[in-house]
Amino acid sequence: MSNQDIQLLAHLMRRAGFGATREELAERSRDGYEATVSRLLDTSNPVSMSEHLIRRFHPDESSMLLGSSGIDAWLYRMTTTNAPLLEKMGLFWHGIFATGYAKVINAKPLSDQIRMFKRYAMGSFRTLLLELSKDPAMIIWLDNQQNHKGAINENFGRELLELFSMGVGNFTENDVKECARAFTGWTIGNREYMELRSSRDSDWPYGRISWHFEYRPEDHDDGEKEFLGQTGNFNGEDIVDIICRQPATARFISRHLYHFFVADEPPVPQWPYQPPRDPEAIETLSQSYFDSNYDIRSMLRTLFNSDFFKSQSCWHEKVKSPAELVTGVLRLTEDFERPRYETVAKRLRMEFMGQRLSNPPSVEGYDGGLTWIDTGALVERMNFASEELGNTMTPGSQALIRRLAADNGGTVTPERLVDVCLDHLGALSVQEETRSRLVEYAAEGGDIQMDGHTLGEKARQSVAGVVQLIAATPEFQRA
Amino acid sequence: MASAKSDRSLVVLQLSGGNDALNTVVPYGNGLYYDWRPDVRIEQDKVLKLDDQLGFNPSMAPIKELWDEGNVAVINGVGYPSPNRSHFRSMDIWHTAEPDGIGDSGWLGRTIRELDPKAENPLIGVNFGRGLPRALSCKGVSVASVGDLETYGLLPDIKEQNARDLALKAFSQIYGSAMAHDTISEFIGQTGIDALRGADILRTAPRKYSSSVEYADTPIAQSMKSIAQVMTADLGTRIYYAQNGSFDTHAAELETHAKLWSDTSNALGDFMDDMKEHDMEDDVLILVFSEFGRRIRDNSAGTDHGSGGVSFAIGGSVNGGLYGEYPSLEERDHLEGDLHFNTDFRSIYSTIAERWLGADPVSVANGQYDQLDFIFETNGS
Repeated sequence: MSNQDIQLLAHLMRRAGFGATREELAERSRDGYEATVSRLLDTSNPVSMSEHLIRRFHPDESSMLLGSSGIDAWLYRMTTTNAPLLEKMGLFWHGIFATGYAKVINAKPLSDQIRMFKRYAMGSFRTLLLELSKDPAMIIWLDNQQNHKGAINENFGRELLELFSMGVGNFTENDVKECARAFTGWTIGNREYMELRSSRDSDWPYGRISWHFEYRPEDHDDGEKEFLGQTGNFNGEDIVDIICRQPATARFISRHLYHFFVADEPPVPQWPYQPPRDPEAIETLSQSYFDSNYDIRSMLRTLFNSDFFKSQSCWHEKVKSPAELVTGVLRLTEDFERPRYETVAKRLRMEFMGQRLSNPPSVEGYDGGLTWIDTGALVERMNFASEELGNTMTPGSQALIRRLAADNGGTVTPERLVDVCLDHLGALSVQEETRSRLVEYAAEGGDIQMDGHTLGEKARQSVAGVVQLIAATPEFQRA
Repeated sequence: MASAKSDRSLVVLQLSGGNDALNTVVPYGNGLYYDWRPDVRIEQDKVLKLDDQLGFNPSMAPIKELWDEGNVAVINGVGYPSPNRSHFRSMDIWHTAEPDGIGDSGWLGRTIRELDPKAENPLIGVNFGRGLPRALSCKGVSVASVGDLETYGLLPDIKEQNARDLALKAFSQIYGSAMAHDTISEFIGQTGIDALRGADILRTAPRKYSSSVEYADTPIAQSMKSIAQVMTADLGTRIYYAQNGSFDTHAAELETHAKLWSDTSNALGDFMDDMKEHDMEDDVLILVFSEFGRRIRDNSAGTDHGSGGVSFAIGGSVNGGLYGEYPSLEERDHLEGDLHFNTDFRSIYSTIAERWLGADPVSVANGQYDQLDFIFETNGS
């Protein structure tokens, strides 16, 4: 396979996954690009370790109190899964249907929600919207337990249309009200008791109870509603059906997919006023949405096999989110075969970089793109990546050292060292200036003498130094 | 005490976990306090008396000294409507000044944007601790977050000095050349250069600093020392942020609360001594806050989450005294068993923004609020 093909595959793996080691790229390249896409889309056997086993290492994963435990387990899963696209889709839907601990204040419903996203991530969008409407964390997040027959609370009804399906400009204020009416009675079980308990949260912080969905027919407004030009005694399911039929929904979800997987679009609130970067791509994806009866997996297949995705003009056009950066680095170290307590520390680093999963900064999710980069966050990103990758004891580094030893009779020149390191870190391509600076830096250490399969202390420092500097490059910040 | 507003800085100290206001500023003259607090209480003869009704917790001697000098404003009964008793939610409300919805920026982030709209100084805001508190976050605003001032910077794990210098030189060249490419490169390149510049400047602070004050070896004292180091290095920093905790004293409150306040007061006392030594005490304002107060009735070992807290403003330009109203302890005046707030915390933000920093109070406090008079009027502008 040509270098160009490997580069394309590396691009695919950075977007549909969290990047790949050089060995993984070599292995996948034997199948070819389209087969790799198919393998990524096949999530029927997504785990390298069963949930039950992970739970033995993260016993508080279902804690009501510790919002972070579910995230630790999620980070572990992202780091080790052999179905990385499924985890990416978990991040994708979490970014759109952003729900946070700051208001929900109950951990298990939030980790249950992430599991729900992954369960329905790549199936019918209709099913996903229905599950979302019944999700207890979402109900509390957008106050639908306060949405009563005769006394509506519009919060969920509005965001369902504005943030979750069609976007601003495609519905009226009356549609919002009618939508809210249709979702009256969609609440959590034992609502009154749960409300009492949460108001007494301080007295019994250890006595939280998880929630489940409950439909209360007596609190549901069964009257006639007019929604998006149609009239009927609509319930929530009917509303979701109507929403899914809208071309606006197809375009909105398509644009989100493009934004997440292909190249950054402007922030979502500007979408009604700024055309997409690539209108034709949005049309293609929307067509796939209708052709497949709202099937997200089909849209993803279209996307990854399209020329607009493969085009070099969009390579490296995205900034890694902290979740992507941390996961990608940990995958390169190949150091997390089984869950370890250290996952907690890695999750904290992700938070220091500015991303708290299940605790987004607002109902609109994470701003993403260049807003991930500020001086404090950039320092955290570079230091984390260079610390982890500069550790020469990890299996990932050991593989690099073996490779340096294997492909040369003993002497490694600075050029060779830089090129092998770049290639080893997922076939990373950098600007020509960056490469020359790296070579100059490597040259300060002179040629490296390999002593069998090991490195002397000086050589070890040279390799670590080059890898650390690569991990701190602007190129490494991008996906 | 007539410093120009542009020379002034603000130190925000967050007491995380919910500080028990009743055992901080103790209403020792009110018998009801002793009725509600049969176990978790400060006896009359122990309090550091402010007047014939109120006194500080005995662990607050250094703050009492500052009070006697007229440099402490005690703001009682601080809160917001429909108080939330969750740490996370209530802290978020204090950070964003948005009690109704989920806010998208922090009050200090907005302040920094006001003070440096073109983002020219990467060190206008410095947080001591890892990870940025929401209070400091705001789109387009860069804030340095410093775990340890001595080791702060890029690639700290390259220990050998020569290797590190070489790496940083290469780093600066790589980031410099990145700016010639596309928009994303340009932005990352510029931020990398700013980060390097900020780190270089910040690391000089401990070297430039000298003081006869010896800070204790507690996290809060070390944070206050770092703040003094950056402040005396004159790097243009205006906003500093530090935290101490956890004040979540559901149990063993008397011992824990005493230790927390003794650490906090000693650190603040030493810091103000340091400021005096550097002739900067009039240019610094310290705001001390917590996300909520605690329940009026004790639970025999501690106290549970409540509402209605106490905040402090400390500094040479502070018009010392009592502000707000001390909340009534009469049962009919309680709010679900808690102290009823009478001073909106956004009034404090608004006062500090306009009268101390010269920033737009409406943007910072997220609306229009009555201001308090705890800052001396000056001719500064």
